Amino acid sequence: MNFKTLILASATSLLLAGTAMAQTAIKIGVLNDRSGVYADLSGEGSVIAARMAVEDFDAAGKGITVEIISADHQNKPDIASNIARQWYDQDGVDLIVDVPTSSAAFAVNEITREKNKIFMNSGAGSADLTGAQCSPNTVHWTYDTWALAHGTGSAMVAEGNSKWFFITADYAFGQALEKDTTAVVEAAGGEVLGAVRHPFPGTDFSSYLLQAQASGAQVIGLANAGGDTVNTIKQASEFGITQAGQALAGLLIFITDIHALGLETAQGLVLTESFYWDLNDETRAWSERFAAENDGKKPTMVHAGVYASVLHYLKAVEATGGKETEALMASMKSTPTSDPLFGEGMIREDGRKVHDMYLFQVKSPAESTGAWDYYNLLATIPAAEAFRPLEDGGCAFLAE
Amino acid sequence: MTTQSETGYRSEAAALPVGTPRHHMVIFAVLLGLLLVAPSVLYPVFLMKVLCFALFASALNLLLGFGGLLSFGHAAFFGSSSYVAAYAAKAWGFNPEFAILLGVLAAAVLGLAIGALAIRRQGIYFAMVTLAFAQMVFFFALQAPFTGGEDGIQAVPRGKLFGFVDLSSDLTLYFVVVAIVFGALLLIYRIIHSPFGQVLKAIRDNEPRSISLGYKVNRYKLAVFVMSAALAGLAGATKAIVFQLASLTDVYWTMSGEVVLMTLLGGMGTVFGPLVGAAVIVTMQNYFAGFGAWVTVLQGAIFVVSVLLFREGIVGVLAKWLKKPL
Amino acid sequence: MFELLGIPPQALFGQLLLGLINGSFYALLSLGLAVIFGLLNIINFSHGAQYMMGAFVAWMLLTYTGINYWWALLIVPLVVGATGVVIERLMISRLYHLDHLYGLLLTFGLALIIQGLFRNQYGVSGLPYSIPAELSGGTNLGFMFLPNYRGWVIVASVVVCFATWFAIEKTRLGAYLRAATENPTLVGAFGINVPRMITLTYGFGVALAALAGVLAAPIYSVNPNMGADLIIVVFAVVVIGGMGSILGAILTGFGLGIVEGLTRVFYPEGSAVVIFVIMAIVLLVKPAGLFGRTQ
Repeated sequence: MNFKTLILASATSLLLAGTAMAQTAIKIGVLNDRSGVYADLSGEGSVIAARMAVEDFDAAGKGITVEIISADHQNKPDIASNIARQWYDQDGVDLIVDVPTSSAAFAVNEITREKNKIFMNSGAGSADLTGAQCSPNTVHWTYDTWALAHGTGSAMVAEGNSKWFFITADYAFGQALEKDTTAVVEAAGGEVLGAVRHPFPGTDFSSYLLQAQASGAQVIGLANAGGDTVNTIKQASEFGITQAGQALAGLLIFITDIHALGLETAQGLVLTESFYWDLNDETRAWSERFAAENDGKKPTMVHAGVYASVLHYLKAVEATGGKETEALMASMKSTPTSDPLFGEGMIREDGRKVHDMYLFQVKSPAESTGAWDYYNLLATIPAAEAFRPLEDGGCAFLAE
Repeated sequence: MTTQSETGYRSEAAALPVGTPRHHMVIFAVLLGLLLVAPSVLYPVFLMKVLCFALFASALNLLLGFGGLLSFGHAAFFGSSSYVAAYAAKAWGFNPEFAILLGVLAAAVLGLAIGALAIRRQGIYFAMVTLAFAQMVFFFALQAPFTGGEDGIQAVPRGKLFGFVDLSSDLTLYFVVVAIVFGALLLIYRIIHSPFGQVLKAIRDNEPRSISLGYKVNRYKLAVFVMSAALAGLAGATKAIVFQLASLTDVYWTMSGEVVLMTLLGGMGTVFGPLVGAAVIVTMQNYFAGFGAWVTVLQGAIFVVSVLLFREGIVGVLAKWLKKPL
Repeated sequence: MFELLGIPPQALFGQLLLGLINGSFYALLSLGLAVIFGLLNIINFSHGAQYMMGAFVAWMLLTYTGINYWWALLIVPLVVGATGVVIERLMISRLYHLDHLYGLLLTFGLALIIQGLFRNQYGVSGLPYSIPAELSGGTNLGFMFLPNYRGWVIVASVVVCFATWFAIEKTRLGAYLRAATENPTLVGAFGINVPRMITLTYGFGVALAALAGVLAAPIYSVNPNMGADLIIVVFAVVVIGGMGSILGAILTGFGLGIVEGLTRVFYPEGSAVVIFVIMAIVLLVKPAGLFGRTQ
């Protein structure tokens, strides 16, 4: 889209907004974990982010009234499915955002398609949301397991760490993460020496760490999440695993996890994220405003994704002048995304939001200047390479 | 030590007399009437959830209130049946009635296996053993490939009842669920008031005396355990069809705790208590969902208050007040 | 995957030792349960929550007041034990004339309340608690690198377990305790304040759980849910051991830790269930538990 069409587009939308000032009322449901392991990385912060998006967009000034409601899905698919069903059937919710935990996201994905509403996921990881389980009603914004596995996996192998051992949470998500990363490692010429599956959730990982150590691998890939990852990293430091020369690769880890671990324990860890508050002036400015409302805690990439997705949705509401699902989805997919947090990007046909990903390494306590100064940027993975190519996803509705 | 527990948890409400008091029939009739008009006021999916849990709690109550056995692992039956029904409906394309039936069967078989072991211990041990077995079932559900792990079995088709009644409408399904649950409640009522039920109560109140009277106590205990498991299974399978989902929540031990809470709050050993308890707890979970962990705190507080001040439960207190068994 | 029989003996020793460390926690927790059950006839379902409280209070002491780990080892059991005393006086003491199951239900409710409150306040990401400087680092045992702190956990647990066993089985106070479990009226007639003894016993059992919590804080993340699943494993340990003897609780705790450790090597997926499988077998063969007295 060149400059002229942009102007034209905004002019028409202004016109539309002018003529159809007849107040569009939107109800957004922020569905996430407000009490469990992901409460810190999503939770109330996502509600704050959504509210900021509404304010920054000046929805009220554009004739769009937005109401935001939230609920706790406790990371359980059944609760997520109940709430989503009730929101759509009873409460007139138009858009559900966030939804961490893949199993819960699948449930919402399913209901949203059935009720023909819109689901913009930020918190969940499974790449199946735009693959095997893709839906014309879903946008997957922030990250996915494929992107994380590729970012971390290929970067580590490129650095010469070619021998891997996995500590995997023995459930569908952990196994998927292990499988994705194994493919990347092997494609890059690396080798997987073994894997051990631990019951989920676990508390003591020392036994698996010793097995990983005995394997002689250079990298121990942590294909688990939340508290399990935190504990594994903590115990790896305790058993001198990293000191003895093995590197840890967190395949799903957030800045709030690093905050919980402390730099002493987490230093040196390599991880992939799509957002970090200290990337540039815009992210810093936004994060500062966010932190002011969130007890001083900096945003995670999930919060950033909620902000950006709500913003993009509201743009589509303005552009189409209504809230008809097909029109909104078409508008969101045809309009390039642009926001202060993820920069320029786009939403692919299969619902995958595409933007740059970043490879970070956790700072040592000496390098850090204070709380939340945690990452060194190692590499930027350009949008074109960051996500699974459209044709590899096996998204069914595209073929129709 | 365990002999002490054999005095049982005789409900402090009056014991049920033999036969069918007329006011029970009236209550059942009023209940049915209410259920038939309820969906015009309330959200049918919510009502179906209440109904499923009412049945689940009544199934537990059969074992706890009348058999005197506290199972802290009833989620195992509820959940495994829900998985079996969901799988049968989704993967094999079973009609809902067959899917549910298969779920019930699975729960009954599991009940037979667990029950046969668990009744070897009494009182608190019994509770702990059932809890531990339920935990095994949970791990099985987590790891077996057909259960879908933490994703559960999603997008279960509601299908067509008997091949021609389309259940995709919430309202149609609601009336089917009313029929299932109401029928099951009548069945439980029948069991309690049968000679079998009388023997159960005798065992609950004084096991040694029942033994000396020549009753094969363990056989009775096992029988009521299996019945309770099967009925819990019926609740679980129905829930799977309603919500089109079977998930780990259904087999997790907190589910076992919840259903005990419903029974305790409503009044164990009463006919209608579990229904009231289930309605209160499900309503609370539904409408307080926004308060996060406070729901857990509130549930805990209800537990504590019920045990300390309110052991007869809501319906038990009512019954005392009306001087009629409810 | 590993070759099953190809595990070198050194690795096996390492895993056995790790099992012993987990066993230390099982032993401490099942010991507390056994002591409480012995005198109060109550299965303390809130034991896991009280273990979690132990870890949290240690964390709070360090974070808010700067009181270090070693003082926490002393203060935390006292503080959490005191909350136990209050709970016993206000609530549990009202249930002694009722069926024991009410005690189970009450403490289950308490566990929900305690866990919910901590979840509201601290979230569940887990809070960091560093290993005390004196015990950081590790020792190379030849077959494995043993963090000093883990070694300390084993030693501390064995000492506490033995001391408790000794106090109950070999001292006069313990004799009163045991007598009071058999016949409280008679012991009361000897001029001993039985209700107070019961209260203090509950407090002591809770203090043991809290102590286990302090020991766990530097290894596992301090998390409101840390006791929720553990308590069920400990229940199974108790059923296997049988409630009859203090020694039974201790030995079963350590033993099952080792069994679980070995399972982690040979069949890691099954390590969460192995204890329950053993429980089923024990129930079949010896319903009263390995060390339990048959009634």
